[in-house]
Amino acid sequence: MPANLRTLAGVGREVELRVDGNVTQRSVLDALEAEYPMLRGTVRDSVTKKRRPLLRFYACEEDHSEDSLDDPLPAEVASGREPYLIVGAIAGG
Amino acid sequence: MPKVRVLVGTHKGAFVMTSDERRKEWKVEGPHFAGWDVYHMNASPVDPDRLYAAQSRGWFGQVVQRSDDGGKTWQPMGNEFKYEGKVNTHKWYDNSDHPYEFLRVWHFEPSLSDPDTVYAGVEDAALFKSTDGAKTWEELPGIRTQESASSWAPGAGGLCLHTIILDPVKKDRMFAAISSAGAFRSEDAGKTWKPITKGLHSEIMPDPDAEVGHCVHRIAMHPSRPNVLFMQKHWDVMRTDNAGDMWHEISGNLPTDFGFVIDVHSHEPDTVYVIPIKSDSDHFVPDGKLRVYRSKTGGNEWEALTKGLPQKDCYVNVLRDAMAVDSLDSCGVYFGTTGGQVYVSADAGDSWSAIVNNLPSVLSVQVQTLS
Repeated sequence: MPANLRTLAGVGREVELRVDGNVTQRSVLDALEAEYPMLRGTVRDSVTKKRRPLLRFYACEEDHSEDSLDDPLPAEVASGREPYLIVGAIAGG
Repeated sequence: MPKVRVLVGTHKGAFVMTSDERRKEWKVEGPHFAGWDVYHMNASPVDPDRLYAAQSRGWFGQVVQRSDDGGKTWQPMGNEFKYEGKVNTHKWYDNSDHPYEFLRVWHFEPSLSDPDTVYAGVEDAALFKSTDGAKTWEELPGIRTQESASSWAPGAGGLCLHTIILDPVKKDRMFAAISSAGAFRSEDAGKTWKPITKGLHSEIMPDPDAEVGHCVHRIAMHPSRPNVLFMQKHWDVMRTDNAGDMWHEISGNLPTDFGFVIDVHSHEPDTVYVIPIKSDSDHFVPDGKLRVYRSKTGGNEWEALTKGLPQKDCYVNVLRDAMAVDSLDSCGVYFGTTGGQVYVSADAGDSWSAIVNNLPSVLSVQVQTLS
């Protein structure tokens, strides 16, 4: 997760989440927000539930940002061998 | 012994500054919410340790923070700002219709009687209310859904509702101001609103005397005299003596009447402060000199206050929520600049000193007088 969100949630670079049922982007993000309610609205808009435009979602070196939130994530992510990445757009000059 | 607590929001975090009544030595704590924009922090007048902070960032949206211990610790609260009912449209920069959508909180105004009740002025222009200490938010849609709202268009700063004033005498009366839309009054606790713009004249508008479209930057009121309001408009400093039914210009001898902040002395209702900014093209003070102007006559006659302020090579701006006054016997006046300085005057503006010099660009300054 981006540094500002790690600070907000009081966590390190990675968090481990238990996801029941199908492991999709939606179920992972739901689990993240349930475990860390202070992150609600910061990754997805509170009202529309859409991805914030300056964040992107990656898994297994693939960009899943434009995929359906209900598509299954790769088995490596579901099993916990690979991370699901929430990446902030780089800001700089 | 009385003391003051200054709440400073910046483009890269929040700072809490405390001092005793002399206001010479300061303890500065922060940054809180480092790296985030903090558009505003404000405190409950009935529970001074209850603070609200508006933390936002383009990447991550809005976070609302609450402190119950005067800013030592903070707790994220509810951040779901959902517009009520069918979402209408406003004009976009290309004159197309654009749906109202929540972007950020610009201003928190805590209730005068209940620490758990707080109002939020947001962009796109709307008013929200929480009655559970910022856990949940409900829109008061009357201001956003009035007939003219479809014609409002954002200025460069966005279509923001930035000023909320609660009338301490008429409990159900509120005032609000929206950039590029105007000033509004409610007599029923925010349910319905009407524009209060008679007397405003804005040459930048196609119809300079239109009812809406005036770019109001800030309104201030002295609590002892709620029918008298002072306004810093985009250009023009204005005054009303009848709660906004009619405004008249009080720019008088100001070197320029463009600016953002305006505030009123805590014990002298006719003593008013502004900080003239050169123009809407050059958002910095004129002539390289940082000067606060004070009128002791309720406007028109202004004196420059310069002692302790930089009088050469200064090119900062002072944004709309970045001036405040305390209520100590000798009224303190505070303001923060886009250059990261926060200045204090412990003698009602006669002399100034910097509390800090090198903060991130200051967005807001609020002050609490604590017993």
